[in-house]
Amino acid sequence: MSESSQAVLPMERPPVLGRPRPPRSDAVLYLDGVSVVFDGFRALNNLSLIVEQGELRAVIGPNGAGKTTMMDVITGKTRPTEGVVQFRDIDLTRLDEAAIANLGIGRKFQKPTVFDALTVFENLELALKAPRNPWACLRWMLSGEARDRIAATLAEIGLTARAGDRAAILSHGQRQWLEIGMLLMQDPEVLLVDEPVAGMTDQETEHTAALLRRIADGRRSVVVVEHDLEFVRALGCKVTVLCEGAMLSEGSIDHVQNDPRVVEVYLGR
Amino acid sequence: MSATTLAAAPPAGRARVTLRLVLAGAILLLALLPALNRLPADAALHVSDFTIAVTGKWITYAILALSIDLAWGYAGILSLGHGAFFALGGYAIGMHLMRLIGPRGVYGHPVLPDFMVFLGWPELPWYWWGFQHFPFALLMALFVPGLLALVVGWLAFRSRITGVYLSILTQAMTYALMLAFFRNDMGFGGNNGFTDFKELLGMPLNTGNARAVLFYASLAALLGCLWLCARITASKLGRVLVAIRDAESRIRFLGYDVTQHKLFVFVLSAMMAGLAGALYVPQVGIINPGEFSPGNSIEAVVWVAVGGRGTLAGALLGAFSVNALKTWLTTVAPEFWLFVLGGIFVAVTLFLPRGLVGLLDRRGTGR
Repeated sequence: MSESSQAVLPMERPPVLGRPRPPRSDAVLYLDGVSVVFDGFRALNNLSLIVEQGELRAVIGPNGAGKTTMMDVITGKTRPTEGVVQFRDIDLTRLDEAAIANLGIGRKFQKPTVFDALTVFENLELALKAPRNPWACLRWMLSGEARDRIAATLAEIGLTARAGDRAAILSHGQRQWLEIGMLLMQDPEVLLVDEPVAGMTDQETEHTAALLRRIADGRRSVVVVEHDLEFVRALGCKVTVLCEGAMLSEGSIDHVQNDPRVVEVYLGR
Repeated sequence: MSATTLAAAPPAGRARVTLRLVLAGAILLLALLPALNRLPADAALHVSDFTIAVTGKWITYAILALSIDLAWGYAGILSLGHGAFFALGGYAIGMHLMRLIGPRGVYGHPVLPDFMVFLGWPELPWYWWGFQHFPFALLMALFVPGLLALVVGWLAFRSRITGVYLSILTQAMTYALMLAFFRNDMGFGGNNGFTDFKELLGMPLNTGNARAVLFYASLAALLGCLWLCARITASKLGRVLVAIRDAESRIRFLGYDVTQHKLFVFVLSAMMAGLAGALYVPQVGIINPGEFSPGNSIEAVVWVAVGGRGTLAGALLGAFSVNALKTWLTTVAPEFWLFVLGGIFVAVTLFLPRGLVGLLDRRGTGR
């Protein structure tokens, strides 16, 4: 991953009108001139962002900077007021959440939302990539191959011993890992991970950073939204700083930490 | 909502085995009733005609309860309009029974039911065509409720109408249908509905034989529906439904089309309710627009809540126990019934969120 900030988009781009510029061939996610306006409040203000294949990217910013809104726009939860949102060359602004998830964009929410009434194993089984229509679900038989994949993911997230427990009784950290495991079962090309270490112990945080670094293995791209700068440093990746719905700075963690604008709005406070 | 999750946890281990044994025993006992009815009237184990008639009716209620439980207990679709699907199924079979009366009606018209002759209608309206055939009527008893559920469900689920708004919508649906069926010009007998049925499948109604046949048909339908529901809830589809119930917006991000799954279960549930209605009408000998009344739908939801939603045994237990209480109380002190019903619902909601089934398994660990 390049340390330079040459790949950064120009800061002051006019809103894109008409046909979008085609994204670069290796861009997996391509946001250009995206704005989201809620009742006159601009949650996103002309945001542009490119995530390349296999890239691990951290997105930081103060509360209300638009980090979660950005994820909402990518995953189809919120429609942008204007701007281009593409996954490779597919326009995401016209698709719903399920369609976007099936394209290969997985999302982990800030508040872990696993299915409490189901076991850890069943949670992963639901997430496993397989036909999703009611009939297929009714006829579904767990194959040996599927069992192996679930077992591998259980091992990866360190929950093998808890496979038969209901998700309701997991600890906070375990729920976060289960959610990451559910993301992995979907075999997505892009993982959006919202504040994965909020409320975690130091040890759990380290474990999570290692897990995310392993996941961004050159094939999958991972976008991590985070507050915790130590955690972001542990990720060792390019950092995008958002502020008031727009990009403020982009580059290595050292670069952005020394950027006077960033210091002013975020770190300095 | 933690309460929802808790309420829906099926009993675990021994409680589960107990529940299944009780269920199997109850069904076996039910199957014996018509045989006991054949014993001489002075025999110790003789079962009265009244008991057979009432129990047969409860079995159809149990099917209705099962259908509500599938939609509400598992998929979180709280329909307060399932009585409409039940009534539509009943009307479909009622139309067949009316056609079978033929010239035996008061006016002796060879084709037209009495109320049409009375209204001066020259011929059978098109939507009565085909109902002289039993298979067609039975098909319609499933198809019409299914179609209504498909249309209403599609409009509601597509717009992501959930929770109390969906309940109000379904309540409005059954109320609107009640008003429509009260009208004479609808061609469904207005407020009198259909009655004076003579026979079904060549079998004169109101005989011990017909009662036994309808009883066993209802029991078979109940077992069939129970098997189907058990099959669904034990499959991955069942787990998807539970996930939709507990975190609908979350499962969309796993790539599940929530609308599709809800529609599937809602339509299936409506068809089960229609089947229940179709078995109910020949047993009670009457169908009128009162069956659409919103109170009926709410009462059926209370059965499921009392028994324990999210467990199939709970739906059956609730339907039988509340109706047994109703039958007893409406003979002893009819004026109190509605208060008791309301009281039960409040009490169950406050003190027994998992219903009677929850009593079996108070630890609440579930699964």
